[in-house]
Amino acid sequence: MSTEDQMSTDVNLTRRKVLTGATGVVGAIGAGFMLVPFVGSWMPSERAKAAGAPVNADISKLQPGQMLTVSWRGKPVWVVRRTPEMLKILAENVTELRDPDSKESLQPDYSKNSTRAVNEEFLVVVGICTHLGCAPLYRPAVGSPDMQEGWQGGFFCPCHGSRFDLAGRVVKSVPAPTNLEIPPYHFISNSIVRVGEDPAEGGIA
Amino acid sequence: MSNQTNESSSEKSSLLGWFDERYPVSSTWNKHVGQYYAPKNFNFWYFFGSLALIVLVNQIVTGIWLTMSYQPSGELAFSSVEYIMRDVEWGWLLRYLHSTGASAFFIVIYFHMMRALLYGSYKKPRELVWVIGMLLFLVLMAEAFMGYLLPWGQMSFWGAQVIISLFGAIPVIGPDLALWIRGDYVISEVTLNRFFALHVIALPLVLVILVFMHLVALHHVGSNNPDGVEIKKLKDTNGIPLDGIRFHPYYSVKDAMGAVFFFILFALVLFYAPEGGGYFIEAPNFEPANPLKTPDHIVPVWYFTPFYAILRAIPDKFLGVVAMGAAVVILFAMPWLDRCKVKSIRYRGNSYKVLLTILVISFFVLGFLGTQPSTPLYTKLAQIFTALYFMFFLVLPFTSANEKTKPVPERVT
Repeated sequence: MSTEDQMSTDVNLTRRKVLTGATGVVGAIGAGFMLVPFVGSWMPSERAKAAGAPVNADISKLQPGQMLTVSWRGKPVWVVRRTPEMLKILAENVTELRDPDSKESLQPDYSKNSTRAVNEEFLVVVGICTHLGCAPLYRPAVGSPDMQEGWQGGFFCPCHGSRFDLAGRVVKSVPAPTNLEIPPYHFISNSIVRVGEDPAEGGIA
Repeated sequence: MSNQTNESSSEKSSLLGWFDERYPVSSTWNKHVGQYYAPKNFNFWYFFGSLALIVLVNQIVTGIWLTMSYQPSGELAFSSVEYIMRDVEWGWLLRYLHSTGASAFFIVIYFHMMRALLYGSYKKPRELVWVIGMLLFLVLMAEAFMGYLLPWGQMSFWGAQVIISLFGAIPVIGPDLALWIRGDYVISEVTLNRFFALHVIALPLVLVILVFMHLVALHHVGSNNPDGVEIKKLKDTNGIPLDGIRFHPYYSVKDAMGAVFFFILFALVLFYAPEGGGYFIEAPNFEPANPLKTPDHIVPVWYFTPFYAILRAIPDKFLGVVAMGAAVVILFAMPWLDRCKVKSIRYRGNSYKVLLTILVISFFVLGFLGTQPSTPLYTKLAQIFTALYFMFFLVLPFTSANEKTKPVPERVT
């Protein structure tokens, strides 16, 4: 004990504190850098990023009012062939919508219109509710029996009750904040729609 | 360094003495079991701490055995669970022990938390016991959620889709955060793999460490009791609390009896209703995950439904997430929201009894609503009971400050 006491009088405590502090700071910075690989490793891998190739949907056999689903980047993408009656209803019920002009919503510029489509007959939309990511149900008929009263046809999310019209526009007072997302797409021909690719410069949209 | 309590044994030349000189065997045993003095008036509500420990052991042991046959890949996950159920010797039992155990865990924990609310077990000096316990509850919820993804059924997939999307509701960083958690643009095998790692290694480790800290904190301050009397205030000449009895053999035997009754109930569910009528394992989970189709009626497992109902009640994405988070996080503040000096409900005023009744009823009603499809009526009800749930925590600081309490006895009754 006595030798230790003697030692402590000779120790320069300030220098020791500075050295300990400096070591601590350098160590903390090092630990911070060490976080980078661990945190970064959770980001999508190169393989996941590469898996986003465009897909073609064959719409030649799609009947008016019918919907088909294709998988793009693992997400459901719907193609709905809308009837003239459906399009008429779309124009009527604008006041009940939260974002009728799609100002807050995600879509390519060529789909930012009243029917949210390139060709108003065909709605191409990502089938994932903008609330919490469920796939809404397609209930095209006016007054569908399992929907609430005054149903005008559209999509209903069974998870949390969000409702969208047949242009994927969200109605007011439901949890979903924005309209359904429209993916980039274009028509290769009258029977094929290519999802995941913008129309070529100058090509037919 | 030698501890006073085991000086005699360490001087002995026995085998135990040999160990005691090198490792604190006797003193640790005495501090936590042999000479841990617990109040002598424990009732039914005090079984659930030891039951939680038993269920944790069950989850860890059956979980280790399940990983021996489970394949955490998108292609094989669903079929490997079916393989466990059909082909692996005793696989069905191990799997049902694990899945029923998860529900049993939450039943036990909810009783355990209710006990704390009844007898004021979160109050000074036990605030940290409560806070560590709440951390345990949070980690347990994460553990259960990640475990539910692993069978890779429809409900696994879409439940995870919804819960991870919750993070996407956070302004600015939300979408990137959700992407980071998923590790892909949608829930995929990547998500499954990391959830598997977290479920079998990371979170169980955290759970076990937190349980250890929970017990260290508890044994430092001593157990509360149904009278809310501090037994350490009155001690005999040897420094032993007058109303305390040794944990072993008194409570080890009593808890063993509680465990026997628990095992009987557990076995009844395990053998006669392992899916819990669709509440422990939901019907859509017997269908493989399909990223293109959400089940018509998607609900989380029953133990999350009260919080899920709160989420659905709020017609705004971000505020709904905030309300759901707040419903859990606000419980952390209980030791400071409740300003009444009297601990046990036996001697507390009517205001607390009324408030607690409202809280419990709200919790059950929300739990029911969370299992139902959202209709306008149910949404309205969910909003009312969400308000009542939060009212408990907002009103409590005011009513508890000057509550009309009854005199608390000097010793336990």
